[in-house]
Parts: sequence; C-alpha cells; structure tokens
Amino acid sequence: MKYIDEYRDKGLIMMLTDRIARSVKRDYTFMEVCGGHTAAIHRFGIPSLLPENIKLISGPGCPVCVTGTDFIDKAIIYSEREDVIITTFGDLIRVPGSASSLEKQKAAGADIRVVFSGLEALAIAKSNPGQKIIFLGIGFETTAPGTAVTIKQAEKEHFDNFFLLSTHKVMPPAMETLVKEGTKLDGFICPGHVAAVTGSSIFNFLPEKYNLGCVITGFEPTDLLQSVLMLTEQVNRNDPRVEIQYSRAVTVEGNIAAQKHMKEVFKPCDAYWRGFGMIPESGMTLRECFEKFDADNFMPVPVIPHEENGMCICADILRGLKKPDECPLFADTCFPENPVGACMVSGEGVCNTWYKYKRAR
Amino acid sequence: MNNSISLNHGSGGKQTHELIRSVFVRSFGMPEPLTDSAILKKAGKAFVLTTDAYVVDPIFFPGGNIGKLSVCGTVNDLAVSGAKPEYIACSFVIEEGFPLSDLIAITGSMAEEAMKADVKIVAGDTKVVGKGKCDKLFITTSGTGILNNEREHISTGSRIKTGDKLIINGSLGNHSIAVLGARNNLSFSTPVESDCASLNRLISRVLDKCTEVHFMRDLTRGGLAGVLNELAEMREEGISVNEHSVPVDEPVRGVCEMLGFDPLYLANEGKILIVAGAGSETEILNILRSDPLGKDSALIGEITAENKRMVILNTSAGGSRILDMPSGVQLPRIC
Repeated sequence: MKYIDEYRDKGLIMMLTDRIARSVKRDYTFMEVCGGHTAAIHRFGIPSLLPENIKLISGPGCPVCVTGTDFIDKAIIYSEREDVIITTFGDLIRVPGSASSLEKQKAAGADIRVVFSGLEALAIAKSNPGQKIIFLGIGFETTAPGTAVTIKQAEKEHFDNFFLLSTHKVMPPAMETLVKEGTKLDGFICPGHVAAVTGSSIFNFLPEKYNLGCVITGFEPTDLLQSVLMLTEQVNRNDPRVEIQYSRAVTVEGNIAAQKHMKEVFKPCDAYWRGFGMIPESGMTLRECFEKFDADNFMPVPVIPHEENGMCICADILRGLKKPDECPLFADTCFPENPVGACMVSGEGVCNTWYKYKRAR
Repeated sequence: MNNSISLNHGSGGKQTHELIRSVFVRSFGMPEPLTDSAILKKAGKAFVLTTDAYVVDPIFFPGGNIGKLSVCGTVNDLAVSGAKPEYIACSFVIEEGFPLSDLIAITGSMAEEAMKADVKIVAGDTKVVGKGKCDKLFITTSGTGILNNEREHISTGSRIKTGDKLIINGSLGNHSIAVLGARNNLSFSTPVESDCASLNRLISRVLDKCTEVHFMRDLTRGGLAGVLNELAEMREEGISVNEHSVPVDEPVRGVCEMLGFDPLYLANEGKILIVAGAGSETEILNILRSDPLGKDSALIGEITAENKRMVILNTSAGGSRILDMPSGVQLPRIC
C-alpha cells in the first residue's frame, strides 16, 4: 500500500537498526508523548529491535489516560437525563468514573452514541431537535481544530441544542511539567500529528530551556527507528535541538488554517491532568462568544471530587517514572475489561499497550 | 462480571468466553474443550450438531445477506469439525412491518446457498414481534452432519504437535469491512465484498486427500487472533505467526489503517485456519489454491515448543510481540 509499505520496508528497517546499534555509546532514555507512538512502538515490536541500552518510556500522551474522573462523572450525570444524548469518541466510553462508566450507562439504557467527529454529533443534534446533544470534546491539538470547526458550524446554523463538554488539552505544558519535576530523559520522541497542526516551533523550549533534544516523529517503524537514531546522534554530539523526522507532514509553521480555527473558538485555561493535577494554561475552553455552547455553563452539575484507587500507579507511569509491570494491580485486578486506572482503558494507553503486547514476556 | 450484559459480551473475545463459562457452561454442564459443534455418538456412529443466531446489521451487504450468512455459517461450523453437513433447521424472528419482498430475497439466497453446499433445509419456525421489539430480522439456524470416526480429533486439536504448520485459505477482514462499509454508508474506491461462502466442499477435498489435518476452525468473530488464542488455551504448545505472511486485501488494509482496526481481529465468513502436520503443508496449499475459495491460501506460522500457551506475532517490521485475545469491541482511535 502506497505511503505505508515504503515505511515498513524490512531492508530499510535492518539498515536503521544496524546504524542505531553502531551509534550507541552509553545508556539512553527517550520518551514518547503520543499514545499513537506508544501503540505503534509495541504493535511493531520496536523494543525488540533496539540495543538494550536504549530505553523507550511512555509519557502523558494519551488524552483518555490524562482525563480526570470528574469529567467522566459529569458526562455520566448528563447521560442520566432523559433529554440528553451523549456523543463521544469510542475510547472514552469504557473509562471508569467514580461509580460507573458511559458503557455501563449505555447498557442500562442511556442514549450514548459513538461518533467519529464533532460534525457527526452536530448532525445528530439536527435530527433530534427535541433533545440536547452533548459532545465530549477530548484530545490534543489534533482533535481540537475539528471541535472548533463544529462549534463555528453550530453558531452559523443557530443550533440551540448542541453543547460541548471540553477536556481538550495542549501538549507542551505537560512535557515541561514532567521535565521540571525531575523525570530523567535524554530526549523526546515528539508527537507527529500534534506538530502537523501546531508546527515544530512549539517544542523550541525543550533545547532552549532544558537542554533536551527532540525529534518530531511519524508513526511507522522506519519513522520511529530513524528518530531513535537522530536522538542518539543528538546526544552523542551534545547538540540538543528540534528536528523534524516526519517531514512529509510537519513544517515549522504547521497548519495555519487549523490554528486559526482553534484560536477563534478556544482560549487557554488551567486544566486537570490525571497523574499531574492542575497544569496552568494547559487546557482549552470556549471563548466568551461561544459560551452558549458550553455544557458546563448551560447545565452545570455538581461533581463530588473522587479519590483515585491508592494502589494505582498511573500517576508515576504517566510521568515515565515507573513501568506498568511495577504496579501491584497490573494484569491482576486491572486489565482491559476491568480498568482501574485510565492508562488501561484506551488502546493507546501505556498499561493497555503493555497488557496487549508485552505481558509475561 | 458486570450485573448486566454489555455489547462486549457479544464480541467473540474474552468477555464472550467469560459469559459462556460463567453462565452457560455452569447451567448446562458442557464438556471442555468448547468447540463450534458438539460431537454426538449413538450406536457407534458419530454426528455433529451446531446452532447459531444471526443478527447482522445491515441485513443486506456487499457479497451476501443475513440468509446466505446463516447457511454458510452453519455449514462451516459443521465442516471445520470434520463432518459432512447434511441438514439445517432455521427460525425467523421478524419485526412487524418487514417487507415481504426482502424476506423472499433472503429465503431465496438461503435456498441457493443450501443447494451449493449440498445441505437440505428441513425444518423451521416463524415468530413476528411488534415494531421496535427486534431489529428487522434475526435468524437462528441449527445444523447437523455425519462425522467419520477418523476425524473426531479435528475439533479439539488433540493431535497437534510441535512443528505443525498453520494455514489459512485467503485474505482476512473482508466480511467485517464490507458490513462496516454498508452500515455506515462508507464508499470505498475499490469495493470490498464479504467473503461469506460455504467451505464444506473445499474442506472435504483437503480431508479426502490428506490425513494430517490436526485442527480446523472458522475465523469468525474474534478473527484469527481469537481462534489462535483459543487454541493456545486448549494446548500446551506455543504458537508463532508471521505477520507478513498473512494475506490482507489492499482496500481492507487501507480501511484498517485509517480507522485503527487490526485485520487479525476482524471477523470473516469464508475463512478457516488449518493446523496440519509438518510436511503436509505443500499438498494442502496446492489443494486449497486450486479452488477459487482458497486461491490466496497461505502458510502463516507454526506450532512451537517455546512460548507455551502464548501466541507470538513476528511483526512485519522484524520485531516480535504477543498477539493477545481480542477484548471488547474494536474501537476507533481518537487522536
């Protein structure tokens, strides 16, 4: 398949693994901060292709994993209302709230529909004028432009039954937080799709402030291996910088049109990240002119703060401090069908990926 | 387990198995290992019995409809246990208001498929429920066939040994993607058709020529990954699969890449796994490839002494990892 097979070419993969093996001079720890990378790394078995002294660890890159329980609890409270249809991306429906999940609510009769885009949710609002449609907006700079376009469309068509419950987030503040808080790293494998929207410059603070290199990376085996090689060479040369490996999609400026939509609709806000707590200016909330679409404003619901399971080490896993198999719950009481922590829920969550691809190896 | 049934319980993966063991096996006391058909013995003769419910949505899809599917599915369940399918009974649960012309089209394709597969539809039942009490049409079929004594080991895989080869009869995922496309009105630049087909003639050609078939299973819900994990649980050996050898049609690969599905987990309705003794693979592949229903057959892996009770996938990138039992409904990616 064009644009896929070229990047899975075995000869190229062998050449890259050979070059990586020859360039290794010490121990290296690189962190990927995109759930898509976590999944791809394990799906293709990349760790089995790397020398032992290159360690890949996973950061807070899956939007489902960093979503707080209160967001799910709020969505569950909405779903119990007769006049509400919840629309959501698929992964979110299995995330445990404090007492239930959207999946369990659905089985119990709540009207919860999986959609592929915000515009699909808007179409549901159009065909159900008597119902209030709440779209659960989740994701980083990758999905936020789509939500922004949906909101602008809702405004243009004067919708009065469409609402957004947003937990959209931006990536750099979380990366900065974990570096500041002491996660030891030699470089970042940066998210290719986030950077395709934002441009590579949002990562400039890493070499400038923290002397850390980063390579913006694609999602195929050769992409990942080439980035590992580029990072290894950056470390060897002591030359941290922002490099773009995923040049077929990413530029320094990024997707200007998508950025414009995001800026028009959203403004920065402090946001809660599971495992990190509140991170200043790391979330996206609707600007005043679109506030009428904000579910929080229109139908405020009280949510009682909930304590996470004390044994769950998702917080350390999301910071790259611990690995899933160091958790006492992993594969014992916490597994994909019964996730205790959010990292086990999404197919791109670190624990879920480990469970699927690495368990007992 | 939850207090109520969720869609995951019907996915053919872990939760389905849990439900079967904790409710049905406990109530009815079936003997392990669980297979697609029961083997029944009376006066020295063995015959097999199977049953299946069909609730596919939409009921018409490229390459078939719910009726054709119900016959093929039952025929295949019987055939993979090594039996010759003979008779089918079918029950229809029909929603009030269902167009008669659709029912005639569906029963017409059932008759046609039964003729092709050389089975007779001999009994049936009809129920009509009020509007909204079922979704258009559900069909349940039961089938029975005769099992030659020498083939009794096939459904349980009791003769499997290290070094045995894994063979499938063609590319994976077409049925799932065709149904997904029809359900969501997705238009593919190259049309994807369901692989829905009765495989009993193909299977009997293999069994007539080769005595080295140690196990067979159709790759329906849960896909290849589901069947291999069931096999790994039944046996002491390990299983090794080469990702690059598993045939997947280009349009199916494209949709999977785009929507985040893995073809190894997708349901098929005309594909089987054959585990055969080392040395017999060339003969089996030749027989399969000479038939249109097996023209893309491939050798995809083998039974190993190491990695006991695990399925290991050698990835197309040259790495290796676990190929786990499917869990939950496959969901689209969100970022």
